[in-house]
Amino acid sequence: MEYLISCQHMFYTYHTLQGETPALCDIDFQVKPGEFLSIVGPSGCGKSTLLSLLCGLLKPESGKILLNGQNVTGNCSIGYMLQHDHLFEWRTVKKNILLGLEIQKKINKETLEEADELLKTYGLYDFKDAKPSQLSGGMRQRAALIRTLLLHPDLLLLDEPFSALDYQTRLTVSDDIGSIIRKSGKTAILVTHDLSEAVSLGDRVLVLTPLPAGIKAIIPIHFPPELSPLQRRNTNEFKDYFNLIWKELNLNEP
Amino acid sequence: MNPNTLSAAQIAFLQAHKRRKIRIHLYRISILILFLFLWEFSTYKGWIDDFIFSCPSRLVLCCYHMILENQLFYHIGITLFETIVSFLLVMLFSLVFTILLWFSKSLTETLDPYLVVLNSLPKSALAPLLIVWLGANYKTIILTGISVAIFGTILNLYIGFQGVDPEKIKLIRTLGGNSRQVLLKVILPANLGNIIGLMKVNIGLCLVGVIIGEFISSKCGLGYLIIYGSQVFKLDWVILSILILCCIAVLLYSLIGVLERRQKHNM
Repeated sequence: MEYLISCQHMFYTYHTLQGETPALCDIDFQVKPGEFLSIVGPSGCGKSTLLSLLCGLLKPESGKILLNGQNVTGNCSIGYMLQHDHLFEWRTVKKNILLGLEIQKKINKETLEEADELLKTYGLYDFKDAKPSQLSGGMRQRAALIRTLLLHPDLLLLDEPFSALDYQTRLTVSDDIGSIIRKSGKTAILVTHDLSEAVSLGDRVLVLTPLPAGIKAIIPIHFPPELSPLQRRNTNEFKDYFNLIWKELNLNEP
Repeated sequence: MNPNTLSAAQIAFLQAHKRRKIRIHLYRISILILFLFLWEFSTYKGWIDDFIFSCPSRLVLCCYHMILENQLFYHIGITLFETIVSFLLVMLFSLVFTILLWFSKSLTETLDPYLVVLNSLPKSALAPLLIVWLGANYKTIILTGISVAIFGTILNLYIGFQGVDPEKIKLIRTLGGNSRQVLLKVILPANLGNIIGLMKVNIGLCLVGVIIGEFISSKCGLGYLIIYGSQVFKLDWVILSILILCCIAVLLYSLIGVLERRQKHNM
């Protein structure tokens, strides 16, 4: 199977008593293993809906989503990073990162060792018994990433995971997390409204139209592979890509 | 600077704080002493009738006699037992019932009007019925205690359950959790503070319910002592029982306070 995940002519509509709102309209795209896809679109255009569909929390009205050639049903091989880290204040950092393993009943000697290993790698080992409120915003986001990575997902979904951070932290954390994901060779789909974040992290950028969201364009991004997200921001091409996507987004405006 | 050596200003601040606390305590105690003294003094002077208003010395004597006759602790014990049992049952039943409601939205919508009606109904109105149905015994009284607190607790708990951040529930879902795990990992831990707050309210409500029950039907307990004492004009008993009820209320409330502090400490 060439593609890790493939969306085929997917439609989704929200139904309320007030009426129906088409949210997604003929979404069709593929992601290769190891690829990093950024999705941008005007706010409220159904970006989060798209992620909920991809991980199986919602069912498409029509169309198909195939993960490794199979219909998405559960969500065991998909890791989802939400907008906020949602670390639970009633658990220590270590207990928080073990939450996923606990739910899937996969706590054993190996996974516990792996958890310690990841805590050490990402500089959180000294804080493993601390409460989440004692961590900085960046550390919290890293803890949330470890919680996701411990389940060994084939695909990572990132739903504006940096939007709750202040600008400076946001740059360093997106650099940090982007590099971690790239090094581990994970496939990832990032949803964001921040164009420079999309360009600095992605291999391709998918531009959505306003509601109901359809695919406006898919723009391939080429940077030398050794550049980190932060270094990408300093290149000349960065500005060109940014302007290209900006134009695509604003072509939608009446 | 060594963190263990405090600056002069800090020492002065701490001492001022301590002095203020001591002063407040002194005020509190002197109000009590002044009240007791005025009470005793005005009956001694004959300004008020100690047969109707009693006085501290009569109460001490009355208390002493009742302890000698093995009566006082018997009545206190009965009331405490009934209050604690109804409190525990309220917490247990309302938790179980709220969890059922949380699992089924249809059940909640179906039962909502009934819960609202039962919650606003003055529960003391039920007590005479309960006596006829269950007889004049401790079961009736415990049920009265439960009926006073349970509906409000269910409504409040349900609101607390609904107030949990939906994104936190989504997190559990994305990690592959089912409804049971959402309940155990998020809903209940997030509501622990809420539950303890409700315990604080309920321990008082259960005491109220139990006393209402004892007023209407019983042969023992502090509520019985108050009603019986007023009927035979033994007003010492009535006032003594009321004072003891104050002490019980404070005691039970502070027990929950200990629990609350322990929970806050663990957070």
